[in-house]
Amino acid sequence: MPKLTIDGKEIEVAPGTNLIEAARQLGIEIPHYCYHPGLSIAGQCRLCMVDIEKAPRPTIACNTQAADGMVVATQTERVKETQRSIMEFHLINHPLDCPVCDQAGECWLQIYYMKYGLYDPRMVDEKVHKPKAVPLGPHVMLDAERCILCSRCVRFCDEITGTGELGIFHRGDQSEIGLFPGRDLENKYSGNVVDICPVGALTDRDFRFQVRVWYLDTAKSICPGCARGCNIDVHVNRRRPHHAGGKRVARLKPRFNAEVNKWWLCDEGRYGYGFVDDASRVTTPVWRSEPVPWDTAIAEVTRALGRHAPDAVGVVASPKMPNEDLMAVRRLAEALGTRQVGFKVPPRTPGDQDDLLIRADKNPNTRAAELIGLDGDVAGILTAARSGRIKALWVFGHDLFDSAWLESDVTLALGALETLIFTGTNAGRTSALAHLVLPATAWVERDGTFTNWEGRVQRFRPAVEPLGEALPEWDIVGRVLGMLGHAASATRAEHWFVDLAANVEAFRGMTYQSIGETGRMTQ
Amino acid sequence: MTEKILTRNFDRADAHTLGAYRETGGYTGWEKARTMEPAGITEEVKKANLRGLGGAGFPTGMKWSFVPKNHTGPVYLVINADEGEPGTFKDRYLLERDPHALIDGMLIAARAVRCEKAFVYIRGEYVEPYRRFAAAVKEAYEAGLLGDGLDIVVHRGAGAYICGEETGLISSLEGKKGWPKVKPPFPAIKGAFGMPTIVNNVETIAHVPHIVNRGAAWFAPGIYEESVGITLRQLIDRAGGVSGNGRLKGVVPGGSSAPILRADEIDVTMDVDGLRNAGTMAGSAGVIVMDETVSIPEALMVVARFYAHESCGQCTPCRESTGWIYKMSERILSGHGRKEDLDTILDVAKRGAGTTICAFYDGAVGPYISYIEKFRDEFEALVTDGAGTRARATPAPVAR
Ligand SMILES: Cc1cc2nc3c(=O)[nH]c(=O)nc-3n(C[C@H](O)[C@H](O)[C@H](O)COP(=O)(O)O)c2cc1C
Ligand code: SF4
Ligand code: SF4
Ligand code: FES
Repeated sequence: MPKLTIDGKEIEVAPGTNLIEAARQLGIEIPHYCYHPGLSIAGQCRLCMVDIEKAPRPTIACNTQAADGMVVATQTERVKETQRSIMEFHLINHPLDCPVCDQAGECWLQIYYMKYGLYDPRMVDEKVHKPKAVPLGPHVMLDAERCILCSRCVRFCDEITGTGELGIFHRGDQSEIGLFPGRDLENKYSGNVVDICPVGALTDRDFRFQVRVWYLDTAKSICPGCARGCNIDVHVNRRRPHHAGGKRVARLKPRFNAEVNKWWLCDEGRYGYGFVDDASRVTTPVWRSEPVPWDTAIAEVTRALGRHAPDAVGVVASPKMPNEDLMAVRRLAEALGTRQVGFKVPPRTPGDQDDLLIRADKNPNTRAAELIGLDGDVAGILTAARSGRIKALWVFGHDLFDSAWLESDVTLALGALETLIFTGTNAGRTSALAHLVLPATAWVERDGTFTNWEGRVQRFRPAVEPLGEALPEWDIVGRVLGMLGHAASATRAEHWFVDLAANVEAFRGMTYQSIGETGRMTQ
Repeated sequence: MTEKILTRNFDRADAHTLGAYRETGGYTGWEKARTMEPAGITEEVKKANLRGLGGAGFPTGMKWSFVPKNHTGPVYLVINADEGEPGTFKDRYLLERDPHALIDGMLIAARAVRCEKAFVYIRGEYVEPYRRFAAAVKEAYEAGLLGDGLDIVVHRGAGAYICGEETGLISSLEGKKGWPKVKPPFPAIKGAFGMPTIVNNVETIAHVPHIVNRGAAWFAPGIYEESVGITLRQLIDRAGGVSGNGRLKGVVPGGSSAPILRADEIDVTMDVDGLRNAGTMAGSAGVIVMDETVSIPEALMVVARFYAHESCGQCTPCRESTGWIYKMSERILSGHGRKEDLDTILDVAKRGAGTTICAFYDGAVGPYISYIEKFRDEFEALVTDGAGTRARATPAPVAR
């Protein structure tokens, strides 16, 4: 393990660590543009200069591996002068119109100019002009004048997706990012180039000009788009509700997790949050097509479920529900004494999967539903409903019509029921048939945990308030349990997690604290 | 006059043929080398102190010895015949008039570095040199010199100056954009197609048969060809003197990247050390002589246009400042210069120097700085100070 000194501080790092990462471990920032820890070294921006003892001139840190006994200085006059020069070079042809650029506020040209630039501008000649507002694909817009030619986007498409849509064309200051002829930037991970672009050259067509980034708030979360459980930040606009047509969730951004998604996120997950602010959200409990107070709805549910023999009541939980809520459903089934519980509904079309992130199972929590013991036969439950053996059915989340099953079979099954209860975030054909509709919070409106396909339990936090009167499923179920005469002790999702950790072997001993920021594996 | 070595056959009309080359002792170097141990060949070249003639003057034997000893896969030898440096056309004559000397040298060098496949990267504009060299390669295959231990692939470039920089050349050879690569790794460790690769200039390798033939002791710097060791002034006289009215303004001694010398600075010897002491460099040794009619601001604009056009565009300092300096030089020339532009050019050039991936930018800095510092009065006579920046005006706010 090489031991080196950076700005007078000693540190031992793993062999092969470069100086940017070694300094980072000491809390020392070495400014850089082209270097990205997930991509190959390009050495093109020339900003990451440091002084190394005995070297005649500053050296780039990104392409220098830490060596034993190396003495590095990041704050010499020479280094600072070089950084100032490189910043000037980066900006001579860059438009100086930050107020109209959507990247403003999260732009590394702005950030580094304030920290390492602050030179007096000398460029008076006409700048180089290049194409602006060029759609590269369904999600990404290019402004070539704002591009600093760091080549990160090119390397991403070459090295991570292997799709190679992008290139740098022409030479000198005419160099320009662009698509190879006949190509579009439409790989399944295209949104990542927006994240890694340090400037306003690549922007998200979905997000650009919707809301300024300084109005955003953020919460740590987990993508619910598939069984991978990519770590994300949810960016929400609470301060300018009149912007972006009232959409509260502005965008999702990947959050680094070395074990799960590294720096990346797939497009399907990234752009899959539309349901949260969609007009189809259910916002109030509905009984027989009329809005009712929660107390009325809970009383009706309790009455409908309690009226029948245990096995005449069915429950279809959802693998999109968090661990806590699934635990609550298990307790409900136990309280009712029914064995008619399941959660798996076959998708209409099989999900796609690849070697990077995307999993065929488009549910974030199938693993937990199995571990908690909810894996019953949903098709069997529907058959029982159709033949009148099941009289009351509580469906969580699923629109049963949006499945591989025949529409007529579902219609006959649901139509035969005495009581159909639907709990979910958005209205659909199942909720339309329901006698009781109970609005659930979307995952960004609450906290909880998901268990990914590998068994990693990960936390997500609330980013916005619940819409309307929506409640988390654990709360709805908990209220019904209370009415059924069970001690309603859970006032937070975490209380259900305590129950889970105490009573389901795979989760034994876990707490929200021990899960931490990077998750913890089930046993 | 000293003995002619490389150019000795240049006067023969059939010099490019295998027959003519053999008549004058051709391939005896290779005959001798094939009985030698590879390490012995490298040792001989080291002792001869052969320095690369591609511009950087790197010791050739030392470069060969960098190939990792424990490497088991292929090793490549790449001959740099891209010759793009303005004012330089020496390799062209070797390819056209003595192509077998290069093949002879390649056979020897290949044995020294245990290479079985060599590439010759020829500048795209060099049509005749390419034809002659390709024909010589064919002759050598037919004569059994090639194809038994060494294969040569002749590759034509597409006219980018940067593809002469050895790692840019390798990228281009690999089928990629001709971008120089960050070092380390150096090509001798990890070069073309990820394998150890020795890149040498045409002229460098053409010297090798003579070194092997006549021994390292015979080949001491200073005795080969006629230019080395004589002064620049003598060289210009021998070439027929200064054009026009005979009055000299300046000399660029080693390709366009070498800093310019004023007329009163040319009593220096034409070798690496003499020119270095005079603040310039031997570079490719292509000499550009400017008589009194030449406008240095115009010369700067022309050379700045070249570097702006040829920068590969990877490194920020090079990409951005070559274009900026070209714009300033052009503005000065057209009468829109400001006094501070001169110091801006000098400052920008000095700040960018030494910060880039390859030596292209340092080469550009040579003329930028030396033209202005040595002929500042010519520039000052042109700047009109405040006469206009040609910057666009922005509408002022409407008065209330
Ligand atoms: C911008 C640039 C252009 C170059 N062009 C050439 C060239 O055309 N021919 C050449 O032999 N070397 C050229 N070189 C030098 C090569 O990088 C390399 O040093 C040389 O080919 C090594 O051969 P040598 O050791 O035999 O000199 C160039 C270097 C730079 C930085
Ligand atoms: S578009 Fe962005 S990521 Fe791509 S090269 Fe330009 S600045 Fe870098
Ligand atoms: S110095 Fe110029 S030519 Fe060389 S790699 Fe950098 S940008 Fe390209
Ligand atoms: S980060 Fe090192 S050169 Fe760009």
